[in-house]
Amino acid sequence: MILENSEISGRIDLQKKIEAVAKYWSLIFIALLMIIFSFTGKGFLSLSNFQNIVHLSTVFLLLAGAETFVIITGGIDLSIGFIMGFSSVFSAKIIQVMYSGGASEMVSIVVGSISGLILSLIPGIVNGILIAKYRVPPFIATLGMWGITNGITLKICQGFPISSLPPKLVEIGNSYLLYIMPHKAMSFFRIPPGVADENIRNLIRIFPSSLFFSITVLTILWHLLKNTKFGQHTYAIGGNMDAAIRAGINVKRHLIYIYTLSAFLSGLAGVFNVFQTGIGNFTPYNAMYELFAIAAVVIGGASLMGGKGSIIGSILGVLLLKILENGLQISGIEPFYRFIAVGIILIIAVIIDQLFPDLF
Amino acid sequence: MGYLLEVKNLTKRFGGLVAVNNVSLGVNAGEVVGLLGDNGAGKSTLIKMISGVYKPDGGKIFFQGREVNIENPMDALSMGIETIYQDLALAENLNVYSNIFLGREKLKKILGLIKVLDHDYMMQESEKVLKRLDIQIPSLKNKIRMLSGGQRQAVAISRSIYWDAKFLIMDEPTAALGIAEQKKVLDLVNLLKSQGIGIIIISHQLHDVFSVADRLVIMRRGVKVAERITKETNPDEVVGLIVGAETVEQT
Repeated sequence: MILENSEISGRIDLQKKIEAVAKYWSLIFIALLMIIFSFTGKGFLSLSNFQNIVHLSTVFLLLAGAETFVIITGGIDLSIGFIMGFSSVFSAKIIQVMYSGGASEMVSIVVGSISGLILSLIPGIVNGILIAKYRVPPFIATLGMWGITNGITLKICQGFPISSLPPKLVEIGNSYLLYIMPHKAMSFFRIPPGVADENIRNLIRIFPSSLFFSITVLTILWHLLKNTKFGQHTYAIGGNMDAAIRAGINVKRHLIYIYTLSAFLSGLAGVFNVFQTGIGNFTPYNAMYELFAIAAVVIGGASLMGGKGSIIGSILGVLLLKILENGLQISGIEPFYRFIAVGIILIIAVIIDQLFPDLF
Repeated sequence: MGYLLEVKNLTKRFGGLVAVNNVSLGVNAGEVVGLLGDNGAGKSTLIKMISGVYKPDGGKIFFQGREVNIENPMDALSMGIETIYQDLALAENLNVYSNIFLGREKLKKILGLIKVLDHDYMMQESEKVLKRLDIQIPSLKNKIRMLSGGQRQAVAISRSIYWDAKFLIMDEPTAALGIAEQKKVLDLVNLLKSQGIGIIIISHQLHDVFSVADRLVIMRRGVKVAERITKETNPDEVVGLIVGAETVEQT
C-alpha cells in the first residue's frame, strides 16, 4: 500500500518536472544555445556581442509585439513587414526633402518621424475596417495590404534606399547610455570628446539606447495586455468571439484598434530603422519580417487559433531566433542552416503546445 | 400587479420567412415560464429580440411596466435582463472571475493615474456570488477550459446573478449535463425564482420544464399556439401542441 502511494506520488513528481521543462522550454533552449555557441563561436560570449544582438533585435521585438496582439485575437497580420518599410521610406523622404530644403536637422527629423508614424496608421485602420466591418478574413485583408503598402513604398523610393539624411539620425539611433574609455574618460550618450579615431576600438559602450527604447515600448505593451480592460478583451475575443459580443464588448471597434496598433508598432519599427541605418529602407521581398515575427510569437506560446500568447513569451521567441542567428553566424556556419533551424524550432514549439495545452 | 416583462405582438422577419409572428406573452416577478416548441418554432428568435441580439420588425417590449427600446445586448444587460445561452458564451481561455466580470471589468487606479484590472476585488465578489448560490468551484483562478459542464453552467448563471439580474432567459440550461448536474441547475432555478427573479426557460426536456415552470407557452412555426398553467396540463397534451396534433383536433 505504502509502496504504491510513493510510486504514484513519484509519477506525479515526474509529471510536474516534465511540465516545468515544457513550460520554460524556450528559456532552457536559449541557455543551451548560449552554452553551445560559447564553445563554437569566438567572441560570442562578450558584452559587445550581446549588446549587438539586443540592438539588432529592436525592430523584430516591435514587430513581434504587434503580431502578439493580433494573434491573440485569433487573427494574423501579414502586412507588418511592408508597413515597416512604408513608414521608413515615407519618414526618410520627408526628412530628406526638409533637410535639403534648409530646415534644421532636429526639425526635419522630428517632423519626418511623426509623419511616418501617422501615415503608418492608415494601412492599419484599413485592415481593421476590412476585417471587422466587411468580414474579410485577416489573412486576405492583410495580404492585400502586404501588396499595396509594398507597391506604394517602391513607387515612392523607386527601388532605391532614401539617403542623404542628417548624420544626427544614426548618432541618436546607435548611441549608448554610457561610454567608458579605460583610465581616461567617461561620458553619457555621446562619445567622449578628444578620443582619437585610432583609439575608438578600445572604447567600451554600455547599454544601447535602442534597448532602452524597446524596453519602454514592450513594458507598455505588456501592461496593456496584462493589466488593462483592453488586454482582457483581446484575450476574450480570441477565446470566444460570441461570448465577447454577448458580454457587451464592442468587438468590431476593438479589432479595428488591434490592427491599427499593429500597424502603428510596425511604423515605429520603420522609423527606428531610419535612425538605426541612417537611410530609408524599403522592405525587400526576401526579408520575411512578418513570418519571422509570427514564428517568434508562436515560439513564445501563442496559438494561431487565438486566445493565447504573451509579450514575455514573444520576447523570448525573438531572443531565441536572434541568438540562434548570431551564434550560427559567429560559429561560421553557412546562413541557409539558419532557415532549417528556425523551421525545426517552430515545429517543436507547436508540438510542445499540443502536448501540454493547459500550460500556456 | 402588471407583468415584470411583457411583449406585445412581437414580429421578426428574415427575408420572406416570418420567424416570429405577432407573439405576445408576459412573465411575472418570481415566476418561471417554460417556452416550448419544436426546432424552428421561433423560440430562440423571440428571446434574442428580448436580449437585444435581434431588433424586432414589429411589436413592443415592456419591462417593469414601461415600454423599452432594446437596441443591442448592452441595453438589455443594463436593464437587468440577462441571457444564458445554450453554448454558455464563456471565454474558455479566461478564468472564472474574469468571465463573471467580462465586459464589465472592475478597475482600480494605481499611482493615482493608471487604471488597471482589480483582480482581488473581482475574485472576492465572485466568491460571494458563488456562495450565495451554493456553488462549489475548486479555484476561481482556474480557466473555464478545466471545468465540468455543470460548473460552467453555474459560472454562467452566477455571472447573470451578480449583475443584479431582474429577469433571466435560459436557453436549454440542462442540455449536455449529467443527471446530478441537471438537478443542481433546476434547484438553482427554484432558488432564483424564490428571490423574485422572472425567468423564461427554453428546453426540449419536458421533464425539466414541468418540474420548474409555473406556466408554459407553446410556439409552432413562429406563432404562439397555446398557453397553459403547468399544474393543469400534462406532457401528452403539451407534446400534442408542440407537434400540432392538438390544434388539428380542435379545428
